[in-house]
Formats: sequence, C-alpha cells, structure tokens
Amino acid sequence: MIPETGHFALILALMVALVQATVPMIGASRGDRAWMDLARPAAFAQFALVAIAFGALVTCYVTSDFSVLNVAQNSHTDKPLLYKVSGVWGNHEGSMLLWVFILGLYGMAVAAAGGNLPPALRARALAIQAMIAIGFILFILLTSNPFARLDPAPFNGNGLNPLLQDPGLAFHPPMLYLGYVGFSMAFSFAIAALIEGRVDAAWARWVRPWSLLAWCSLTLGIGLGSWWAYYTLGWGGWWYWDPVENASFMPWLAGTALLHSSIVVEKRDTLKAWTILLAIITFSLSLLGTFLVRSGVLTSVHSFASDPARGVFVLALLVVVTGGSLTLFAFRASALKGGGLFAPISREGSLLLNNVLMSTGAGTVLLGTLYPLFTDALNLGKVSVGPPFFNSVFLPLMVPMVVTMAIGPLLQWKRGDLAGALSRLKVAFAATVAVAVATWLLAGGAAGPLWAAGGLGLAAWLFVGTLIEWAERVRLGRCSFGEFLQRCRHLPRSAYGMTITHAGLALVIVGITGSTAWKTEHIQVMHPGQTVDVAGYQVTLDGTQDNIPGPNYTALRATFTARKDGKLIAVMNPEKRQYTMPPRPTTDAAIHTNLIGDLYVVIGDPDGAGGFVTRLYYNPLVPWIFLGTVIMVGGGLVSLTDRRYRVGAPLRTARAVAAAARA
Amino acid sequence: MRRWTVALPLAVFFVLVGFFIWRLDLMEHGDMPNIIPSVMINKPVPNFDLPPLLLDKAGLKSSDLRGQVTLVNFFASWCIPCREEHPLLNGIGEKVRLVGIVYKDTPEQARAYLTRLGDPYKALGIINSNLDPKDPKSQVGIDFGVTGVPESFLVDKQGVIRFKQIGPFTPTDIKTKLLPLVAELNK
Repeated sequence: MIPETGHFALILALMVALVQATVPMIGASRGDRAWMDLARPAAFAQFALVAIAFGALVTCYVTSDFSVLNVAQNSHTDKPLLYKVSGVWGNHEGSMLLWVFILGLYGMAVAAAGGNLPPALRARALAIQAMIAIGFILFILLTSNPFARLDPAPFNGNGLNPLLQDPGLAFHPPMLYLGYVGFSMAFSFAIAALIEGRVDAAWARWVRPWSLLAWCSLTLGIGLGSWWAYYTLGWGGWWYWDPVENASFMPWLAGTALLHSSIVVEKRDTLKAWTILLAIITFSLSLLGTFLVRSGVLTSVHSFASDPARGVFVLALLVVVTGGSLTLFAFRASALKGGGLFAPISREGSLLLNNVLMSTGAGTVLLGTLYPLFTDALNLGKVSVGPPFFNSVFLPLMVPMVVTMAIGPLLQWKRGDLAGALSRLKVAFAATVAVAVATWLLAGGAAGPLWAAGGLGLAAWLFVGTLIEWAERVRLGRCSFGEFLQRCRHLPRSAYGMTITHAGLALVIVGITGSTAWKTEHIQVMHPGQTVDVAGYQVTLDGTQDNIPGPNYTALRATFTARKDGKLIAVMNPEKRQYTMPPRPTTDAAIHTNLIGDLYVVIGDPDGAGGFVTRLYYNPLVPWIFLGTVIMVGGGLVSLTDRRYRVGAPLRTARAVAAAARA
Repeated sequence: MRRWTVALPLAVFFVLVGFFIWRLDLMEHGDMPNIIPSVMINKPVPNFDLPPLLLDKAGLKSSDLRGQVTLVNFFASWCIPCREEHPLLNGIGEKVRLVGIVYKDTPEQARAYLTRLGDPYKALGIINSNLDPKDPKSQVGIDFGVTGVPESFLVDKQGVIRFKQIGPFTPTDIKTKLLPLVAELNK
C-alpha cells in the first residue's frame, strides 16, 4: 500500500507540474494575474506530492519492505538505521527521486520567499522549474520506477555496497543534489528573463541568493565526497580527476563564475548576456554530469549501474533543456543591452578575468573528461586522460586567477588604479616572498620541488591580500578603536562573505600544495613488533585481532602505535572489514591528525607467514583542504545573510521613479 | 554581441550531442567503453635502466629486451597475489626468458622474498619504494603503464610489447594465452 501511495503521488506530482508549466506561462504572456498566481499553490502542491512519494520510499527502506524491488536490491535488515535511510539515494532510482524532491523543495522555496518578485517573472521562473520537474518525473516513471514490486518477496535484501555505508557518504549525495538542482533556480530565472527580454540589477539580486545557496551546497557536497574518498578508499588520495568527480567540479567552476558575473550585473548593469549564458551552462553541466554518470558512456570508478536506455532518456532531456535554452539564448541575447562601460583595469575587468579563467578551467576539465570519447569516435585510438593532463593544463589557469583574486577587490568600479592597488598589497607581496623562500629552504633547497614554494607563496599572497582588503575597508589601525568597531559592524555581510571565502581558498591551496609535494608512502609486509619510520614517526605494528564482529561485517583490526622520539603519539586501529551482505571487503584507514599533517595507516592482507601488508602514508597539510572548504562554505553562508536579501530587492523602475518624483 | 557569437554555444552543444549519440548507439550494440586495451601494446618498451637487486645477477635495462622473446614481470614482496603467482613463474621460466622488476619495495624484503620462494628470473631490476619521485627510476612503472602488481609484459625480439597480463597469471592464462603467443613470436 505504501509504495503504491508513493507511486500514485508521483504521478499526481507530474500532473500538477504539467499545470504549473503551462498555465502561469500563458498567464504571464497575457498579463492575466490569476493565471500567473496559480504558479505558487502549484509549486506547494508539487512539493507536497513529491515529498509524499519520497517519504513512501524512505518508509519502505526503514521498514525493510522487500516486496519492493528497489529495497530488496539495495537494503538489508542488518543495516544500521542511518544506512537504511541513506540507502534510499545510494542507487539510481532512489537518487533520481531525491533529485526531484530537491527540485520541488527549491520550487516551493521560491514560491514561499518570492513575495517581492514581479508576478510575471515569478510565474515564468516557476513554470520553467516545473518543466524540468516534468522531464525528471517522467524519467523516473518511465525508466526508473523505485516503487516496482517484487513477487514473491525475498526473505532478506541484497544489502548496500559497503563502501557507501559511511556517514560521510550518507550526506554527500543530498548536498551535491542541493547544489546541482539549486542551479536550476538560476537557470529558470535566466530563461524567464530571456523570455521577458529584461535583465537588470533587480534580477541579479533575486537570483543571487539561490545561486549562493546552490554554490554552498555543491562546495560542501564536493568536499564531503573528497573527504570520504580520502578516508575510506585507503589510497591516501583525495582527488583523482575521475569523470564523476569532474562531473561535479564543472558546474562548480561555472557556478563560481556565475556568482561573480552576477555581481557585475547587480552593481554595474552590464555583462548581462554573459551572465545569462553562465546560468544556462552551469545547470547544463549539472545535467551533463547526470548523463555521463547514468549512461555509462565514460569509464569511471563510481558509475551507477549504467544503462544505455536511461542514457538515451537523459540525453533527450539534455537536448530539450540545454538545446532549447541555448536556442532561446541565440535569438534573444543580442537584445540584452549592456549598460555601464568599464576600463580593462577595474573591478569589472578583474571579475571578467575571473570569469574567463573559471570558464576556461571548466572547458579544459570538460575536454579532458570527454577526450577519450572524442579520440575513440574519431578513430584516434582508446586513451585515458589522467591527472597529469589536468595538473598541467588546469593548474596554470588557476595561478593567474588566484593572483587576481587578491588585486581585484582593491580596484574601483569602472576604472581602477592598478599601481595604487599593488602598492597597498606591499605587505602581501612581502609575505609571499617570505613564505616562498622559507618553504624552499625548509624543503631542502634545490632538491625540493620548486613549485611547492610557488604554491605556498600563492596561498600567502591570497590570504594576506584578502585580509588587507578587509583591513582597508574597516580602516584597521587608521582610525579610533570605536570607529573601527563601528565600521566592522556596518561592513556588509557579503563583504565578510568574500573575505572568509577567499581566505578559505588560500587554506585549500596550502593543503593541495603540501599534500602533493611532500606526501610519503611506505608499502611493506610487517610482522607484529616490527617498526617502520614514516616522516619522523616510528610506527610499530603491535598486533592484530581477527573476527571482530560489527553490525553487518566482521573485521580484522590491527593495533599500531606511532611514536616520535620515543614518545607515544597515537594508538591507531585500522580495520579490514568483510561485509556479509553483499559479501565485499573494505578498508578502514586509521588517521591520526595534528592539523599539520595526517599519519594514515592501512592494514592489508595477511601473507600467510604471520605478516601483514601495511600501507603507511604521511599526508602533510591534507586537513587544511577540508578545513578550507568548510570555511569557504561558511563564507558563502555569511554572504547569504546579507541585509540586501533580507530586506528584499529594490523595487523595479516604475515605483522607484515614482518615489524619486515624490522626493 | 554579434548574432553568430550568441549561436556559438548552441553549435558546440550539438557537436557534443553528436558524440554522445554515437557512443550510446555503440553501447546499444554491446560495445561498452570500459574495456580499455593497454596503450602499450605494439609499442616499443620504454627506455629504462634499473640497478641490480642481487650481487650475482644483472640489473635490467631496455636494451636487454631485444634479441629474444622476454616476459617482464612486475612484482613486490608485499603483494599477496604475486606470492600466489610465483610458483607458476618458476615453471614459466623454463619456457620463455623471464626477467623481473621489483616494484615499490625495499631490496632487503625483495631478497628475502626470493630466498623463500625461489628465483626464476634471468635478470632483476628494482624500483625502490624509497626513491625520490624525481628519480628517473621511479618513472619506469609509469612509463610501462603499470597500474598495480603483479603485471607482466611479453616483449618480442624487436623489443616491442605484444601482450600485457594485469593481475596474476592463472594456469589457464599461461596455457591459452601466453605460451601460444610465445611460440608464434619465436617463429
């Protein structure tokens, strides 16, 4: 009964979405207020129905109803409750339902919070949001029904892939989808604006909170995924340039560019067509990622069960959404007249440079990801594109970007004073040189990797440059303490957001540089009692204990002690787990962190002669990557609380003119 | 913006879609993209020069792989599948020239491993696990395209790689794949 209720609710949601996609759209073109206003209750109804469907599937999982095929294939009674729930989105069908649920959530949020939007824009944006929902609900109902029954019902289920039974991964897909789907909001507003033929500062201000929310979620989602890969896969790495990772990274790059270009639209009323294009591209890249992951056209370590039939459907969806919107763009974009002119050296100029570099970055990641497909199609042989390509093409693009990130915020709008900005960055420049030289000397001079000095220098440049910008805005040290405090209080939250996020990125750069340059790896067979030196730690294998029972696995647990100069630093217990259902081994690394670096210990197979394969890594500065990511997300959230979103957008021209006339 | 530049994204997008349709169509006919042959097949062995592991046995360099059909076996003492494969290698050594490359291991442990399990190799080079990544020796595995151990490459008389075994050999692999190819290359 419950699965049928869910199925039925989903069909009803489709019906509501059909109404929401058409009636308000027609109403907006006719200027019929009643028809337009239908969009809001429809968005609420659509969300309620999708929530019922999603809730029904969660209930089936929690109650272990194995008469539902999807539950039987992906769950098991022995699973802890958290993984019963997260198992809902640990498979293709359920994750698509989560996608539609989040789509409905955003639609409802716009309907609820969009009281200050012009009715026509709101009606059109919600109608477009509903069109996307139609596509995805049809996809679920026609190719991937999670409510299909199984008769006879098995006694127990197949269980969830043990790699996915992890708290980090329980929250990774929802955050990622909040990001991907969140950019659908910017997309819907962009298409609505193209239909209306009007993009202005008010439009940019309405769109910004949604893109910001999506950006925060996506950043956190990618961070969680990377963290999960780092501590569960047992390879000691945190990013592999795998197609599925790239699929999440491309919308992030485009979305970051969108956030910055929309500032220019908001403040200076220019770069309009470009911003609209970025909104389209960002969401299209999210859809493209879905297509690449679900269709199996690329080889990846974490594909869902790939199915060409599903691939055809998502491709059709991609053609309608992206093809349709780019066609609309081609016809209407030239009508979007840019307002303010600006000199190349200006705030706008630096934001544009950021945009060019970010989009080129997204383009190179796209090229690298799809390159094996291209060469195969053009008969140039089967190739795989690995980290060396991305590192040598993508990283050089990011260097000028980070250099600009410190300078740009110090430039004025319209026409900036580069010499003035650079002279204010003297301290940052000194810090860069000092950090780079110190790194070079400490890392062993000419023998150490030179680029590591550059990487840390760059991070220092960004960090100190960002702080200088903040200090200048609050006149730190140039005015009385009282005035300073007052300035701190009155500085907009969005300015704090930028400072925090840019500083967070500096920490991420430190982490990336350190972990790449100075990682050490020791693989060997160790016998109990044996000690190996890892980056100044003496790591001893004290012993192992087999057959330790877990909720749905048995584990081989090793005990290592790490000492430094004879002093005990940590007792570490990596495990090698054998899950019962499905029967699969996983590794559970033990990590000891002191925030400067991680000592990372993995226990492997026994060699049959009393020894065990062990892999010991020292991963310097890796915690900074995750810490920096969290700080970046925090900065985004601070920016989201900016006063100008809370008090609402400025009223559009007619009333503003009337107000001006009265005054 | 000019009219044609605003249509550019659309054009690029449709080119991409064309590639996707081509790939999906192949998949409908059962051609899955995840079967990637080693890119090193039919390529000459990369240039390398590795120091010897044992005092009384030569190291290994690329020029040693010319003149006769040779099987190059990458292994390590910490690698359990290598241990399983080892008795089979003792047999292979009688039918084809077998050389070994110790991969990411310490000389002491590799020597102990061979003392315990036997040494079927005609020559043995070592890529030490404690090598500086900038050392050309640590590049040899990457140049060969080694993804893990054990992996073996069959090299013909001209020094061209003809076959790659990923993972340990099984008796069936040796009988049906390796030995027929060795016989053919020896003609």
